[in-house]
Amino acid sequence: MDKKKPKKVFVQGAIPPEKIAQSVANHQSKTDIGAHSIFLGQIRADEVDGKKVTAIDYTAYEEMAETVFHEIREAAFAKFDITCAHIYHSLGKVNVGELCLFVFTSSAHRKIAIAATNFFVEEIKAKVPVFGKEIFEDETHQWKVNK
Amino acid sequence: MTVTIKYFGLVAEAANKFEEVMELNGELTARELKEHCLNGLSITDKDSVQIAVNQNLDDQITLKDGDEVALLPPFAGG
Repeated sequence: MDKKKPKKVFVQGAIPPEKIAQSVANHQSKTDIGAHSIFLGQIRADEVDGKKVTAIDYTAYEEMAETVFHEIREAAFAKFDITCAHIYHSLGKVNVGELCLFVFTSSAHRKIAIAATNFFVEEIKAKVPVFGKEIFEDETHQWKVNK
Repeated sequence: MTVTIKYFGLVAEAANKFEEVMELNGELTARELKEHCLNGLSITDKDSVQIAVNQNLDDQITLKDGDEVALLPPFAGG
């Protein structure tokens, strides 16, 4: 079954927008689905002390992160009546305006899909050991902390 | 006994290393090892650093030979 298979979440670099279209296309044969919910995280050009962020360089404790992603999936499938769920997160450098997180859930009905996507995003931000180095235009950096 | 210590993000930067194998003498909790490793590093908020032992966030656990310990700064995924 789709939900039991451990899945590779991390992708190197930015998530290409074409991947979102392809993922939607891949689900058109699953006709019990009535709603998809998608969250896309994009790198924002934050300004700190007059310096603009130009990119985030992501690293992770990959073995633990993959385990935690799997636990979040299991929890989501136990909690919500979703048909399937896909998560992709970037590692390495992602420039401003590019995508770093893609969460895609599908269900028979919209409210379940929307709630499940929200659950995934909040859980990922709180529990997955991913670290982000915000790189400024002058090549200095600071470490990002999720709020 | 020996444990492997992995450093991530700002902790790796402050320690100037990603990994080391450390020989421990006597019983030590994860919390005690964390304090030992962070001692002397220029990290403003050391309480924000979490420690995982064999991928579990638990600083009360007593370390065993062969454990993999990770020092994890605040998460920033998404």
